[in-house]
Amino acid sequence: MEPAPLNISAYVVLSAILFAMGALGVLIRRNAILVFMSVELMLNAANLALIAFARFYNQMDGQILVFFVMTVAAAEVAVGLALIVVIFRTRRSINIDELSRLKD
Amino acid sequence: MIINGETIAFAVFAIMAIVGGVGVAALRNLFHAALSLLVALFGVAGLFVLLAAPFLAMVQILVYMGAIAILIIFVIMLTQRVAGMREQYNRQWILSGLVALVVFGVLLMVISQLGTPENAMWNPSAVAATLPDDAGVAALGADLVDANRYVLPFEVAGLLMTVALIGAIAVARED
Repeated sequence: MEPAPLNISAYVVLSAILFAMGALGVLIRRNAILVFMSVELMLNAANLALIAFARFYNQMDGQILVFFVMTVAAAEVAVGLALIVVIFRTRRSINIDELSRLKD
Repeated sequence: MIINGETIAFAVFAIMAIVGGVGVAALRNLFHAALSLLVALFGVAGLFVLLAAPFLAMVQILVYMGAIAILIIFVIMLTQRVAGMREQYNRQWILSGLVALVVFGVLLMVISQLGTPENAMWNPSAVAATLPDDAGVAALGADLVDANRYVLPFEVAGLLMTVALIGAIAVARED
């Protein structure tokens, strides 16, 4: 990579935008799968900020943390989607507004 | 702002990420939302390349776009009747929008705090722009198996993956 003036502020602001959009998705969606996808978007925004700061400080630790975040996200997706499939099988719906059985 | 290749690439990938993110948050068709998640993930992968993290960009494409997104699409097909794929926002969407705006505002506030002259995030010339020679994939790999650094978290992550996959199979098994 050629030495160029480095300014990571744009990356960090973009990461904040993506995180806010993910948060909005988590809050306004009613389908559990879409809530899940929004969580993935938020994880990605956090990863972007981590890599931007790793680049800024010229250290690899940020990238390693992102590696672990991705690992845990993959595990989370596997278990979470399995749970969604099971919930759909028993309730015939994954609308989170209807999944309030514990309340009754 | 200097217009060079990096700036243009940043603009393209940033627009992809934002458009994809809007799609995930707002598209009413579940399948379209999943596809726009793919667009957003690809944009972020491109930004990883610009930030000198090519290995993680590849992992992003392989794991996120290749595995996670496909898994999500599979679950959409398993759980939705095709005719019923349109969905409504929930009733608190005004409140939700406000909360998201507040989250964004707080993040921007924190980011602007970083711009003080001593840590110089807004001042590109104050930062060493060149990477050290040993940076990159080799350094990442060495760190992950270095007994004094990250080998234990690495092994624990592997164990976590195994447990999660067995758990997912056990949970979703029909019997």
